[in-house]
Amino acid sequence: MSLFDWFANRRKENPSSEPQQEREIADGLWTKCESCGALMYTKDLRTNQMVCLECNHHMRVYSDERIRQLIDADTWTALDESVRSIDPLGFRDRKPYTDRLREMQEKTKLVDAVQTGVGQLEGTTVALGVMDFRFMGGSMGSVVGEKLTRLIERGTQQRLPVIIVCASGGARMQEGMLSLMQMAKISGALDRHRDQRLLYIPVLTHPTAGGVTASFAMLGDVIIAEPKATIAFAGRRVVEQTLREKLPDDFQTAEYLLEHGFVDLIVPRTQLKKTLAQLISLHQPTSAPTDLMRHHLASDRADVKPLSHIEG
Amino acid sequence: MATSDRKPVLLDFEKPLAELEGRIQQIRDLADENEVDVGEQIRQLEARAQQLRQEIFGNLTPTQRLQVARHPRRPSTLDYIQAISDEWIELHGDRGGFDDPAVVGGVARLDGRPVMMLGQQKGRDTKDNIARNFGMASPGGYRKAIRLMEHADRFGMPILSFIDTPAAWAGLEAEEFGQGEAIAFNLREMFRFEVPIICTVIGEGGSGGALGIGVGDRLLMLEHAVYSVAPPEACAAILWRDAAKGPQAAAALKITSEDLINLGLIDEVVKEPTGAAHSDPVQATELLKAALLRNLADLDQLTSQQRRELRYHKFRNMGKFAEATV
Repeated sequence: MSLFDWFANRRKENPSSEPQQEREIADGLWTKCESCGALMYTKDLRTNQMVCLECNHHMRVYSDERIRQLIDADTWTALDESVRSIDPLGFRDRKPYTDRLREMQEKTKLVDAVQTGVGQLEGTTVALGVMDFRFMGGSMGSVVGEKLTRLIERGTQQRLPVIIVCASGGARMQEGMLSLMQMAKISGALDRHRDQRLLYIPVLTHPTAGGVTASFAMLGDVIIAEPKATIAFAGRRVVEQTLREKLPDDFQTAEYLLEHGFVDLIVPRTQLKKTLAQLISLHQPTSAPTDLMRHHLASDRADVKPLSHIEG
Repeated sequence: MATSDRKPVLLDFEKPLAELEGRIQQIRDLADENEVDVGEQIRQLEARAQQLRQEIFGNLTPTQRLQVARHPRRPSTLDYIQAISDEWIELHGDRGGFDDPAVVGGVARLDGRPVMMLGQQKGRDTKDNIARNFGMASPGGYRKAIRLMEHADRFGMPILSFIDTPAAWAGLEAEEFGQGEAIAFNLREMFRFEVPIICTVIGEGGSGGALGIGVGDRLLMLEHAVYSVAPPEACAAILWRDAAKGPQAAAALKITSEDLINLGLIDEVVKEPTGAAHSDPVQATELLKAALLRNLADLDQLTSQQRRELRYHKFRNMGKFAEATV
């Protein structure tokens, strides 16, 4: 037996030493920050909502995790989980679309690029949609459009605030014009929600682009973005090619959009749930004083002239 | 309109037809000079030319369709507006600091009735094209369009939009001034108008840039127009990682008027003259005008509330998916 074989056998007999540790890293016990390189316990990183404990870099969060972060425990009801993509165009690029869909479903355990549902956010019922970038780049085809439209329509019927966490490269090319039309469909549903004076808040996460930016991402009553998220209509490379010049480093970041007036707030992920709850509460209809009540209140106060005197 | 004093622009597949037409003209000229009667010969050759025209334009590949849709002599938005309306006054500006020349619009009289006509405007020549940014609108263009549509809604004028753009402009300033927001705003607001809205793709309908003026009660498409989720070349670069795969992408994306009527995304295909709109702009205009008047008459039968419902449900029903019933 060579020394090599001896080591190999020893490994087989005793799998708990070195290989065990290797597996722990592979299983994600540790995570390395993609920005500063710091090595952290994944558990601690999760507790901090996938925000680096060293440099505050916001790592990508997928839909399940995001729902856990935003919705109170045991209050989530998923909606329309049986809505699935088909291949309406018989599309084939380097691979048939149907194969792509199947592979994505196996890999991500998701049905498509968005999860929708109803749940409580600090005790208030909200309609929440969360896009998932893992599934074909979060691209919007018929299923994403239909699920979000149904979610918004439910929000309108049940008078719920709607929150959509965006993460998408834009329209899904494999469904051609059907994808493009989802932009209009969702915008139409948002118009009806808005007509009822209900609150809609999109949360723009990295990356939000193309047809998603040019529809529901930009139609919020209040628009929130995560720090340093890329938010664009045309991608940076496309713009660079068009102009043949280098763009500023902060171009199309959340901070750039804030500066130009296209988002209201940049909210660190660890503060997101609290901020959403606060915004929702600030927009909740209370028994606010009507004009008539104000009039009476004024009459009761000696230092304010009653309205009737002015009118008279 | 494509004027006759300019050199004709020929697409490859139009060449046999142009040769035949040239020969017919030669024979005519010769006959005139020598005072010979060649009527019968000419009739035969013209019949042959018409047959050839039908063969060529009846069997265009998606890539050839794209070439026809982008033909430099294809009538543009201003050509149609001027030819269709009895009178019109162009209006300018988004009231936010810009007057994007890639979007034109104004108040017009159509068959005696005031309407708002607007659309993307490609240039009629190279210089004009540069000035109009090849019909690629900036955020100010979409804001100008919605300002004109709001105006129309207040004065009860039906809105006729003409779509002809490769895409929304993808430049630094377009991003800086909110291209995404400008298009998104239009998509939502167009659902609100009480007046009838008819959108017609007259040439090239490119992505969100086209849809930004494309929410209506009726969506029409000229026979040889195309409407695509993304420019086929860009799609090829992304999906095939090869911009030269444009022809495959053009076929796969289903961008022709037949494709889109089959998918239930448009309401009507407006016929063009046999050799496409650029071969006979006058007839193309007449066909479009007739289609617009007919659709407008239909929409007049509805109340504004019914039209808004119709518009909502038209888009609400777009999309193809499967759903397991429980």
